[in-house]
Amino acid sequence: MKVHEYQAKSILAHFGVAVPRGEVTDSPAEAREIARRLGGRAVVKAQIHAGGRGKGGGVKLAKDPQEAHDLAKRILGMTLVTPQTGPAGRVVRKVLIEEALDIDRELYLSVTLDRSRGVPVLMASKAGGMDIEEVAEKDPGAIIREGISATLGMFPFQARKIAFALGLSGESLKKGVALLQSLFRAYVETDASLAEINPLLVTKQGDVLALDAKMSFDDNALFRHPDIKEMRDLHEEDPLEVEASRYGLNYIKLDGNVGCMVNGAGLAMGTMDLVKLAGGEPANFLDVGGGANEEQVKNAFRIILSDKNVRAILINIFGGIMRCDIIAKGVVAAVREMGLAIPVVVRLEGTNVDQGKAILRESGLKITPADGLADGARKVVDAANAAASSPPSPGWEI
Amino acid sequence: MSIWVGKQTRLLVQGLTGREGTFHALACREYGTQVVAGVTPGKGGTIHEGIPVFDTVADAVRETGANASMIFVPPPFAADAIVEAADAAVAVIACITEGIPVNDMLRARAFLDRRAAADKPVRLIGPNCPGIITPGECKIGIMPGRIHRPGGVGVISRSGTLTYEAVDQLTRLGLGQSTVIGIGGDPINGTNFIDCLAAFKDDPATEAVVLIGEIGGMAEEEAACWVAGNFRKPVVSFIAGQTAPPGRRMGHAGAIIAGGQGTAAEKMKALTAAGIAVVKSPADIGARVKEALGR
Repeated sequence: MKVHEYQAKSILAHFGVAVPRGEVTDSPAEAREIARRLGGRAVVKAQIHAGGRGKGGGVKLAKDPQEAHDLAKRILGMTLVTPQTGPAGRVVRKVLIEEALDIDRELYLSVTLDRSRGVPVLMASKAGGMDIEEVAEKDPGAIIREGISATLGMFPFQARKIAFALGLSGESLKKGVALLQSLFRAYVETDASLAEINPLLVTKQGDVLALDAKMSFDDNALFRHPDIKEMRDLHEEDPLEVEASRYGLNYIKLDGNVGCMVNGAGLAMGTMDLVKLAGGEPANFLDVGGGANEEQVKNAFRIILSDKNVRAILINIFGGIMRCDIIAKGVVAAVREMGLAIPVVVRLEGTNVDQGKAILRESGLKITPADGLADGARKVVDAANAAASSPPSPGWEI
Repeated sequence: MSIWVGKQTRLLVQGLTGREGTFHALACREYGTQVVAGVTPGKGGTIHEGIPVFDTVADAVRETGANASMIFVPPPFAADAIVEAADAAVAVIACITEGIPVNDMLRARAFLDRRAAADKPVRLIGPNCPGIITPGECKIGIMPGRIHRPGGVGVISRSGTLTYEAVDQLTRLGLGQSTVIGIGGDPINGTNFIDCLAAFKDDPATEAVVLIGEIGGMAEEEAACWVAGNFRKPVVSFIAGQTAPPGRRMGHAGAIIAGGQGTAAEKMKALTAAGIAVVKSPADIGARVKEALGR
């Protein structure tokens, strides 16, 4: 789960990470008041989950409270397009108004999991404000990496090592060391999967603060962080994906026209690959999970069909524990109820497969059975191509 | 022959009395696995479906001689269950539970690593996996037993149903399996590809290996590197997620292309360079193994 910058900063501040003074608002009038309280000069920052907001015009400096008002008015409600939002962009619903600081240096800090080594790793670089992936590509030597035990925590010497490598000295060094330890504690204690400060600001006065912050959290651990769970902003998520998660379905929308319904994440990915190999484009990833029932199959259908690009659907089920006859009943019920107007290809394998196939055959519905993976992919791609060249009339199927 | 589990395996089930635990423990017993004990704290001394239940894993091991465990404990408590089994020196621990917090797994791994460093290693398989099966001898997990046949192909996979798919293809082509291991879809797990490959290398009954990977992480690249230097038996591989978009988590917690790393294309390249036969279509796994074995 991701959170907004202002939420990430409040979490980090709770653990002792220094952040600029500021407040969040959805009203231009309040933005003016906040700027006044901050002393006049202020930065107005659009709050959306995607990065690259500055490039998209979502971060502006106001020289006085009135300008903070005007900028907030312009930014609130705008559709912000950044390199990370995709062409559709995101609507800005909140702005963060922060004090403007005198920048001396901009650095980079983050903590995330190093999967190969099985430890959290703290990454730091002197090239703050830049995309770390860009730095990694251009100058990998510029990135400092320090693996840190999640169980033992960060030792002061590790924090010092990083702070020295970042070129901090004097008061800034002390403040930097404290900030590093706070950042790591925040990462571990909130079950974060990423805690990133970019840029980390060193002011002309020697203060060290998180000028921007990004955090995301391990979904599996949210049960022990009800306060963080409450920060979820559904506006930032695809409505179909949100709905799917409500039914225990794992759905990700893609750009193609072949809808896919599969049990198991690996097989779902494998099925998408097959569709592509057969010359088609998958419209989605959808994993109905290991124990799908009739109701879930029906909901899965509805979600796939809410994507208007879908021209044909491939159902690929390898029933290990799940019984094929139950899946077949779910498919038949869903097709009957929804009056599907597009071709459906079904590949069933596993427990009670013959009964499952018989149910589909005897339903009288135009459901195309497939023998095996490759056959299913070929049939659904043919059907999608045929449907794409001649749009189906309503009720074509039944 | 086989690796890690077989006729000698005596299985205990942590979380036996829950719905899932009961269902799968009985399916394992029906397959022929010796299910000797269950562990549910607070229910020690009772008998569940003919299986004696204990309060602690240590009790179960002492009383029944159990040497393997299958874990069906809910995610918030599953890492603790792993550590309890390890502490009781259970040799093979298959954790089926999906959705364990990463930090919990890091702590469990630290415990396992410390045991290994003290020369008292145990083997954790998973979590978030279908389990391990030696066809005809011992099934520990949720895989459908009937699609398997005893034979000479070792199967290692990060995915559940895709493993069944591969096994089914092998069996239909008359190719049985020595041992099939689902290593799980989580970023932190107990057993990786190389652990399995090393065991298959020493297993005379294993003639070829199927390695099923997916996007995310570097495990396939590391396995490729190891195979190039150490493994002479034929290996056939499929990587799921060739069409997956970057930055999106495809179901499994571990299946995500992050920062341009972990793409299927890179993995397939590394595997091919190591002399592994990489198939683009999951429908071709079985046939490619048959070809590699010259049958």
